[in-house]
Amino acid sequence: MSALLEITNLNVHFALADGDVHAVKDASLSIQESECLGVVGESGSGKSQLFLAAFGLLAANGHATGSVKYRGEEILGAPPRRLNALRGGAVTMIFQDPLTSLTPHMKIGAQITEALMLHRKISRAEALTRAREMLDYVRIPESARRLRQYPHELSGGMRQRVMIAMATITGPDLIIADEPTTALDVTVQAQILEILRALKTDKKTAIAMVSHDMGVIAGLADRVQVMRHGEIVESGSADEIFYAPRHAYTRMLLDSIPKADEMPSPVTAIGAPLLTVDDLKVTFPVKDKGLFGKTRLLRAVDGISFILHQGETLGVVGESGCGKSTLARAVLQLLPKSGGRVVWLGRDLDAQTQSDIRKLREDFQIVFQDPLASLDPRMPVGVSIAEPLKALEPHLSRETVRDRVRAIMSRVGLEPGWINRYPHELSGGQNQRVGLARAMIVGPKMLVCDEAVSALDVSIQAQIVELIRDLQAETGLALIFISHDLSVVRRLSHRVMVLYLGRVVELAPSAALYSAPRHPYTRALLSAVLTPDPRAERLRKRELLTGDLPSPLDPRAQLTFLKSKLGLKSRPDGPEYRPKLEQVAPDHFVAEHD
Amino acid sequence: MIATGQTLKAVEEVKGRSLWVDARRRLLKNRAAVASIVILALVALLAVLAPLLSSYAYDDVNYDIISCAPNWWPAEAACRAPGHIFGTDAVGRDLFVRVLFGARVSLAVGLVATLVSLLIGVLYGAVAGYIGGRTDALMMRIVDILYSLPFIFFVIILMVMFDRNFILLFVAIGAVEWLTMARIVRGQTLSLKQKEFIEAARAGGVSPLGIITRHVIPNVVGPVMVYVTLTVPGVILTESFLSFLGLGIQEPLTSWGVLISDGADQMETAPWMLLFPALFMAVTLFCFNYVGDGLRDALDPKDR
Repeated sequence: MSALLEITNLNVHFALADGDVHAVKDASLSIQESECLGVVGESGSGKSQLFLAAFGLLAANGHATGSVKYRGEEILGAPPRRLNALRGGAVTMIFQDPLTSLTPHMKIGAQITEALMLHRKISRAEALTRAREMLDYVRIPESARRLRQYPHELSGGMRQRVMIAMATITGPDLIIADEPTTALDVTVQAQILEILRALKTDKKTAIAMVSHDMGVIAGLADRVQVMRHGEIVESGSADEIFYAPRHAYTRMLLDSIPKADEMPSPVTAIGAPLLTVDDLKVTFPVKDKGLFGKTRLLRAVDGISFILHQGETLGVVGESGCGKSTLARAVLQLLPKSGGRVVWLGRDLDAQTQSDIRKLREDFQIVFQDPLASLDPRMPVGVSIAEPLKALEPHLSRETVRDRVRAIMSRVGLEPGWINRYPHELSGGQNQRVGLARAMIVGPKMLVCDEAVSALDVSIQAQIVELIRDLQAETGLALIFISHDLSVVRRLSHRVMVLYLGRVVELAPSAALYSAPRHPYTRALLSAVLTPDPRAERLRKRELLTGDLPSPLDPRAQLTFLKSKLGLKSRPDGPEYRPKLEQVAPDHFVAEHD
Repeated sequence: MIATGQTLKAVEEVKGRSLWVDARRRLLKNRAAVASIVILALVALLAVLAPLLSSYAYDDVNYDIISCAPNWWPAEAACRAPGHIFGTDAVGRDLFVRVLFGARVSLAVGLVATLVSLLIGVLYGAVAGYIGGRTDALMMRIVDILYSLPFIFFVIILMVMFDRNFILLFVAIGAVEWLTMARIVRGQTLSLKQKEFIEAARAGGVSPLGIITRHVIPNVVGPVMVYVTLTVPGVILTESFLSFLGLGIQEPLTSWGVLISDGADQMETAPWMLLFPALFMAVTLFCFNYVGDGLRDALDPKDR
C-alpha cells in the first residue's frame, strides 16, 4: 500500500538579513491512510515549517527542496492551482490560534461553507445544512444559532471546534493539526482531543498531530517522530518512543515531564503567617453595548480567603477566566480591590499610603508569564534587574548595585557578562531567569509566580521549576505558584487551591488534593491532565465537563456544581446563593456541591 | 555562531551600558545619519558666521544690480553681478548673505518650535496616558479645545496683544504643534500601559514618574521621531506662510520661506533667486529626515 503522504529529504531554508537559516534538515516521513502521526519538538524545531513547506505555504523568504508525494503525486513546487485544489479539500489544516485563523468579519456559517462550496459543487442551502451537521458533530450546542454568529462571539474552545468543523466538512483524507490545543484550557483540550480521536475512528481520517506536548501526542498518535533543530532525531511507534526511547533527546523530553511522585521542597520553618487574605473581592464594571447600556459587575475575584506561611508554597490552579491572575495582582496591590482585606505581617495594606506600599514591595515580588513581554525591550537586562533595587534602596552606591546584580545573575544561572544584552537577544528561558533575578534581587519574603513557566518549553520548564525550588530552600521564601497546569503545580506546592469563576472550590494539602479530590470540578481538572503514557491514555475513561466555562457575568454560573440550590436566594431581592466552603478533613476545604 | 562572538565580547565589556550610550554608538554607525549631522552642522555654522563670510550686509540695497545673475551662471542672463556668488535679488541685495540670514530664522524657528512641541507634547501626552481616567479625559479635552481655535485668528490675537515680535512666532507655532504630539504620545502610552513590563516596574516599586521617564518615553521614541521629522519641515513652511501674510518675519530680515516665495515670482527671469534658497532648504529637510530615521533605528535595540 502506498503512503498517503510521503515526504523525503525535505530541506527548508529561510533567507534572513543575518544569513541563511536551515529550518528543516533532510526530513523524511510518511503517513498512511487513517493513521495518526505525532510530530513532537520544542519551539524552533521546525515541526510547523515542515508541513507548511510540504503544502506550499512557506513565507516568501523560505525555500524548500526535496520531495513531497501525495498519493504518489509530486506536490512540492506544484502550480498554485493544483495546491489550492488539494488544500482545504483533501488535505486540511487546523492551527494553534483559533481566533487569528478565523476571519473576524465573516459569520461562522459563511466561513465553514466557503471551503465546501469551493471544493464540492453544491448549493448554498445544502452547504449550510452540511455545516450545521458538522457543528453538531463537533458538539457545538445550538448549532443553528452559531452559524449566524461572528468568531469573536464564541469562546476559544468553541472556535477551535469551528476550525475542526471547517477542516472536516470537505471530507479530507488528511488533517494537519498544528498545536491545536496549546492555546486552550485543560478541560477544553481534553474535549478537543476526544473529537479528534472520534474523527480518526469514525471517519478514517489520517491526522498529522504537531505538538510540543508529549501528553497530547500520547493519547492520539500511532507513530511518533521527534524533531530537534530541524532534524528528525527519532521515529517509531508510539509505544517504542514512550516506553523505549533510544535518542537522548527523546529521553530528556520524557524526563522533563513532571512525575507524580515528585515532592515539593520541605517547608523550612512554618513561622507566623506572612500573608492573610480575607474575603478578597475584585470587580470590574462591564458596560453593555449601546449608548444606554447597563453597567454590570464582573466578579473576577469573589470572596477568596487564605493564609500563607513562611517557606510555604501555595499552588493556585484554575482555567482561564477563573481570576487567578487578578487574585495575584490584587494581593500585590497592583489592582484596586473592591472588598476584603489583605494583611501583610500584621499590617493591613488598606491602611498604607501608596508610598508605604511601594516601600513594602521589597517584601513581595512577582514573576510574570511572558518572559519577553515583562522586560522593557529598550533596556539592557542588567538595568532591568537593577531597577527594583535602585527604586527600593536608592541609598546604595553604584558599585553595590553592580555587585548585587552580578551576584543574583550568577545565582539564577545567567552569565554576569550578559548585563548589556537586550531581552530579544536572549532565549525565553534566559529571559525568565532575568525576570526571576529582578524579583529576587531585593530579597523578598514572598514571590508570586503568575504562570511563570507556562510559556516555556518543557525541558526549560523543568530547569526553571528546579531553580525556583532551590531559591526557596535557600531563602525560606513563601511562594504563590499560579498555573493552569496541574502537574507543574503539584511539583512545587505544599497546599493547592482550586479556583472556579473567582471562588475557591477546593483547598487542600497537595497529597490529599491529588489523591482524593472531593469537588467534581477538581476531579474533572485532574482527569483532563494528559500523561505521556499511550497505553494508559488509550484506556482511560475521562470525567469530561461538557461545554465551556460559563460566563463570569452570569450570576447563576457559580451554581454549576450546585444545581439543587439554583434559584435559591438568601433574601428575595438578595444576591444569588453562593456555595460555601466546608471543612472535610484537617486543612481540607471543599465548596458545597451536589 | 554570532552568539559565541557576542559572549566573548560581553565578557570583555563588563561595564554596564544604558540605552542612550548604546543609541549614540549605533547612531554613529549609521553613515547617512552621520553625514546628515555634518551637513546640518555646516549649514548652522554658515548661518552663524554669515556676517563674516560676505562683504555685503543682508540689507545693503544696490539699485545698479537688480536681479543680476552671478558671474559663473552658465545660462543667458540680463546682467551679471561680479562678487555676488549667488547673484542679487529684486532690489539688488546679495543673495548669498540673505540665504544664510534666512537659514538663521528658518533653522531657529524649525528647531526651537519643534523642540518646544516635543518637550510639552511628550510630557503632556505621557502623563495623560499613564494616569488615565478623569485626569486623562480632562487633559485631552483641553487639547481638543486648543485644537479647535483657528490658527491664524490665534496668531493675529497674539500679534495685536503683544505687538509684532520674533519670539511670538515661536510661541504661536509651538502652541499648535505640541497638540498633535501630545495626542500621538498619549495613544502610544495607553497601549504601552497594558504591557507587562510596565506592571513589572510597578511591582518593583518604581514610582509613576520613574515609569514615565524610564519606560514610557523611551518606548514612544519610534513614532515620535517620525513625527518630529515631519514637524521640522512643517514648521519651516508654516513660518513662511505667516511671513507671506505679513505676520511673521518682516523685511529686511528674511527666511527661506520668504526667499522661496519671492524667488518663485521671478522663476522665469531670474531662476537663481529660487534655486539657492530652495536648494538649501531641500538639503536641510533631507538631512533632518535621515537624522530622524537614524535616531529611530538607534533607539531600537532590536536593530542592533
